[in-house]
Amino acid sequence: MKQDIIIAGVGGQGLLTIAGVIGATALKAGLNVKQSEVHGMAQRGGAVVSHLRLSSQPIASDLAPEGSAHLLLSTEPMEALRYLPLLRQDAWLVSNKNPVQNISAYPSLEALWKRIGEWPHPMLLDADELARSADVRRASNVVMLGAASVFIPLSHERMKDEIRSIFDRKGSAIVEKNINAFDLGRAAALKIHGK
Amino acid sequence: MQSYLWLGDEALAQAAIDAGLSGVFAYPGTPSTEITEYIQKSKLAAERGIHSKWSCNEKTAMEEAIGMSFAGKRAMVCMKHVGLNVAADAFINSAITGANGGLVVASADDPSMHSSQNEQDSRFYGQFAQIPYFEPSSQQEAYDLTLQAFDVSERHGVPVLIRLTTRMAHSRANVIRRVETPRDQNSLHLPADPRQFVLLPAIARRNYSRLLQKAPLFEQESEVSEFNQYVEGPDRRMGILACGIAINYIQEVYGEKGCPHSLLKIGRYPIPRKLVNRLVESCESVMVFEDGYPMVEELVRGLTSKGPHVRGRLDGTLPRDGELSPTCVAKALGFPAPETAKVPAEVVGRPPSMCRGCPHANTFEFIVEAVKSFPQARVFSDIGCYTLGALPPYEAINSCVDMGASITMAKGASDAGLHPSLAVIGDSTFAHSGLTGLLDVVSEKSPVTIVIGDNLITGMTGGQPSAAYQRLEQLVLGIGVEPQHLHVVVPLPVNHEVNVELLKKEMEYPGPSVIIARRACVRAAV
Repeated sequence: MKQDIIIAGVGGQGLLTIAGVIGATALKAGLNVKQSEVHGMAQRGGAVVSHLRLSSQPIASDLAPEGSAHLLLSTEPMEALRYLPLLRQDAWLVSNKNPVQNISAYPSLEALWKRIGEWPHPMLLDADELARSADVRRASNVVMLGAASVFIPLSHERMKDEIRSIFDRKGSAIVEKNINAFDLGRAAALKIHGK
Repeated sequence: MQSYLWLGDEALAQAAIDAGLSGVFAYPGTPSTEITEYIQKSKLAAERGIHSKWSCNEKTAMEEAIGMSFAGKRAMVCMKHVGLNVAADAFINSAITGANGGLVVASADDPSMHSSQNEQDSRFYGQFAQIPYFEPSSQQEAYDLTLQAFDVSERHGVPVLIRLTTRMAHSRANVIRRVETPRDQNSLHLPADPRQFVLLPAIARRNYSRLLQKAPLFEQESEVSEFNQYVEGPDRRMGILACGIAINYIQEVYGEKGCPHSLLKIGRYPIPRKLVNRLVESCESVMVFEDGYPMVEELVRGLTSKGPHVRGRLDGTLPRDGELSPTCVAKALGFPAPETAKVPAEVVGRPPSMCRGCPHANTFEFIVEAVKSFPQARVFSDIGCYTLGALPPYEAINSCVDMGASITMAKGASDAGLHPSLAVIGDSTFAHSGLTGLLDVVSEKSPVTIVIGDNLITGMTGGQPSAAYQRLEQLVLGIGVEPQHLHVVVPLPVNHEVNVELLKKEMEYPGPSVIIARRACVRAAV
């Protein structure tokens, strides 16, 4: 088993939480993990990417080589497109459709959606709306993780266990809302994927 | 033994605890911050009473660690690469005093400048100080070699440097914690030689001579270190020399087939000369892969044209700057680039920016407005979240060189006749290295207007406490700024006009003035 996952978005969108849940689940499943993160300056509203590599064999590079990734999970549409060179042709591109327009030269949103739609295996979700319906507006990242879980060869129940342990200190109400957000994202992806 | 998913920073930190650490001393700086934060959050470290509070700057941290080593205990200092410049005086001289308790310096480099103003290579500091230094190639090695570094330091009575890079510091991997119960901390024991740490010239000459005598020993230990490995390969047309994490990209590129060339991996320095010679003599050419500067490559090349045939960053085989990647390593080794999708034309850059509601944003708004009335005015700044004031829409600052340079550069420009001359500095950076600059300004009554953006925290590195917290006015007045030229304002849109007028008035005052723009970091409130 070997899977390279690219997690993309804007600093502050909770990418490290997504990577942390997948990484911890993989560790407990006995897999080798390499998980390259971004801390520091770029976190201030800049483009952020995490390379997450899972394998039953030892992993050499911390960075996924170009053309190697099986899955791109993006919390923002323009950020999804920034990392296309890292993807295999048969990779799934799973992106939130809502933009973070914190720069003046932000391109046409329709054009970005169209570009994503041109990828062989695209999936655009309204993660913000799903997070709102789970009554936890900040959880678009967890919605996206739920959606992407369809394409990750790890138990989604074990991923939910990690979400529970991350949000545990914030109380059971927050935990359940995040679990709900994950489930909504996963259900939406399964529906689109036709499973 | 349990396996953990640790950042390189965290693996290093846990190993230091397991090695019997008594204190970590540091100032936050990307990508080194998480070393100290890990120890601060560690229950085990708390139970063991390990010192882990932040220092004012890297120099005070380094000196505090030398003091702990003097007292016989194991100490570690952590910093980003440019922090080692700040600590350099103490660091270089600690090689001359030598260590009593184990003394380990961890410096995290930032090739590609993800979050820094240069990509200087800390290995030169190891070479400069003439001490043993290490560079892990994996998070497991970050753990393993840190355990060893403390023993090496005590065995030879010298500080030991560990060099990390961003990719190692900020990447997680499975790490086995090899020590289940930490080694006991050293008891207080003073140096046997009461004059060891007294670097008067006569003693310094003696100590330096002793350090030089240890050089062959350091090199011999590098030759046999488990972190330096030589693997024979059948294809002798080229040998590969890989430092630190470069080995991972080479293994990635060759995959399961394995590398056909002889391969020397270096993780401990001084450079194992015999191993390098063996590679050079058994291969027709050598390709050198290292993150940072082409330090080893330059040495292997030598100065004369009669040296071996060497390829690497200096002949364009690899990019001269920036961190290594699987892509550039594959290209250098002659592998064709894979067919990949291009980045669509619509995608534009997204640099970091100030957070919504950031107090610095309102501060820059009133500065920009006030400065409009003085076309010649220039605003000097330095390192912190507020450096983002250089970007649109503010474009409010004219310099960012190093920590604390705002005040001193403003003074120098004022000395040259530039008026008004302004400085913008954060509260934590002011405590780090703004204080002495302000004393220069006060001593000469220089007409410099200083705005201290006080967000009550060290913002850029993730919200560590600021040493100036609740002491800023006392510090400024204590240094000698006149009370009538010290003002505290709240950077909010509602105060914009008042703040503009106040700043304009102080810019016209022909002496030192300080305006503290105080409002809590919006991130700290989250």
